[in-house]
Amino acid sequence: MSATVPDTAPASPDEETHERRFPTAPLFLSAPAALLFAALVLIPLFLTALLSFNQFDYATGRTSGFTLEHYLSVLTDEYYLEIFLRTFRISALATAICVVIGVPEAYILSRMSNPWRSIFLLVILAPLLVSVVVRAFGWSMLLGPEGPVNAALMAFGIGRMRLLYTEGTVIVALVHVMLPFMVIPVWTSLQKLDPAVEQAALSFGASRGTAIVRVVAPQILPGILSGSLIVFGLSASAFAIPGLLGGRRLKMVATVVYDQYLSDLNWPMGAAVAALLLIANLIVMLTYHRLVEGHYRRRLG
Amino acid sequence: MSFLELKNITKRYGPLTAVGDVSLSVEKGEFVSLLGPSGCGKTTTLQMIAGFVEPSAGTIRLDGRDITRAKANSRGLGIVFQSYALFPHMTVFDNVSFGLEMQRVPKGERKPRVEEALSLVHLSPYAKRYPRELSGGQRQRVALARALVIRPPVLLLDEPLSNLDAKLREAMQFELREIQRKVGTTTVMVTHDQAEAFSISDRVVVMEAGRITQIDQPYRIYEHPETEFISRFVGKTNLLPGKVVTATGAGATVSLAGIAVPVEAAGLSVGETVTLCIRPEKLHLTVPADGLLTGRVADRFFLGSQWLYHIDGPLGTLMVVTANDGSTPAEPGATVGLEWSPSVVRVHRGAMAEAPDVALEVTG
Repeated sequence: MSATVPDTAPASPDEETHERRFPTAPLFLSAPAALLFAALVLIPLFLTALLSFNQFDYATGRTSGFTLEHYLSVLTDEYYLEIFLRTFRISALATAICVVIGVPEAYILSRMSNPWRSIFLLVILAPLLVSVVVRAFGWSMLLGPEGPVNAALMAFGIGRMRLLYTEGTVIVALVHVMLPFMVIPVWTSLQKLDPAVEQAALSFGASRGTAIVRVVAPQILPGILSGSLIVFGLSASAFAIPGLLGGRRLKMVATVVYDQYLSDLNWPMGAAVAALLLIANLIVMLTYHRLVEGHYRRRLG
Repeated sequence: MSFLELKNITKRYGPLTAVGDVSLSVEKGEFVSLLGPSGCGKTTTLQMIAGFVEPSAGTIRLDGRDITRAKANSRGLGIVFQSYALFPHMTVFDNVSFGLEMQRVPKGERKPRVEEALSLVHLSPYAKRYPRELSGGQRQRVALARALVIRPPVLLLDEPLSNLDAKLREAMQFELREIQRKVGTTTVMVTHDQAEAFSISDRVVVMEAGRITQIDQPYRIYEHPETEFISRFVGKTNLLPGKVVTATGAGATVSLAGIAVPVEAAGLSVGETVTLCIRPEKLHLTVPADGLLTGRVADRFFLGSQWLYHIDGPLGTLMVVTANDGSTPAEPGATVGLEWSPSVVRVHRGAMAEAPDVALEVTG
């Protein structure tokens, strides 16, 4: 890179001169990340998109012709529509519950004094160290017909309930897995908050609740927003939890993709469903982002 | 009965006493500053008045009412925070209006009152802006308007000017005082800047290590500091260790390294160890023959309106400040005489303490 430096260039720490001296520096510096991103995200995505336009026949398998039939059948088939709607309903509910639990959790965490704050932060993050599959099996044992929850229900005389393979169970497990992804961004934006701002609200006669609603919450909204986007995106594409706790009956989009690839061996169909999930996810997230963030950009910068 | 009264206020954090036995009476309409180096307990004292910190002992009375244990949001005090603590997601207007809203002032009444407060701090054209679109000085004014609009019985200012640059700070000092005079609100300000405290306060409370060491008018504190610490902390000073050689009624003679110096101080006894304290501007340069002392100009610094000299002499290095009256200043290396009037010498009993690390950078 030093070869691009002309000898006559004045040595100056000025940023503008710097840019003139190393015009290619930004390109070089971002190259490793760009290459990694291209190799691991863009190329597989592109291949999946190509695959989704391939023709498929149960007798002969995949052929390389071009067709839109997979997209058409997904978009017109009520079976698929229902799965898409269910996926987004479950994800939205899981996100909403994560906001309701995670935001107060982060607030309380930020109010703790130090030995406890570190301990509880670790407690919140610790589940991330355990595989999602293991945690899903944990829930399935807990909620199974012979599990402790049903044993307790029997003991109280309520009788056995079918808990596994229901939407509720999938949502509970998703909330459990996704909660750290909500707590961390909210906690980060709470860290940036000037504690005197809340004191100011109190000094002007606001109750603690009013201070939180009127003064604290609007300022941590960007954190809630990014937390919601992460939780929603991960929930909508979650595979292990609906796969293990939703069973064969309660399918979500990711499990359908899996079935198409591995049970029906209809790879183009699986690719089409996956591509549609990506698009739908993008639309939902961008709309949400626009609605909430646009509103606050001017104020919070 | 004074308007705001702190009686034996103490705050302990475990074994540490942040504020010890502080008693202070503030009259209605008075502007009082708590002055001291960082960690002296002045901010903790202010936070106890505000209700953010609960005193371990003592009582706080406001207008005859005991508010020691009252919640911060029930005291109705106006507070300007060091960081201003404006609500970043609200416009200037909404920031100022917030306190009125919390007091359930009817909407129709709120608007004129907010506008009045904004015009008081000359911010009327900025009502629709957000705090981040304002300069530091403007934010400071918003914080002030927001605190004053609720017509608080007491205005609390926590280092209100420390985030402003020097020039703006000076301008805001006078404006703050002018606004305070106009609205007549009893004000308690915390500051570590003695120039700030002196220029705008009716009375200054000097705090040191959690205790009040002197409460007086700014001029009195400067001219008659009660302790050596105050004479060092407040302005520049020359401290000279000596021994009393003669004592007669209202006067005495103190020997400084063999040089006899007359002082005006009663109650000294012969043989006592004392520390003399002379402000640099009270020393005058003369021709060598006329001085009480002679010395050599070791260094000189031009401060614009003044010259600061370091004079090496029999008593060590003395600081001398003379007004820049346009005459030719003494050259470094020149021998000069020093004279002063006995009435400007302050006498502290006891030996000189080790030079403190605080306040030496604080200029007069």
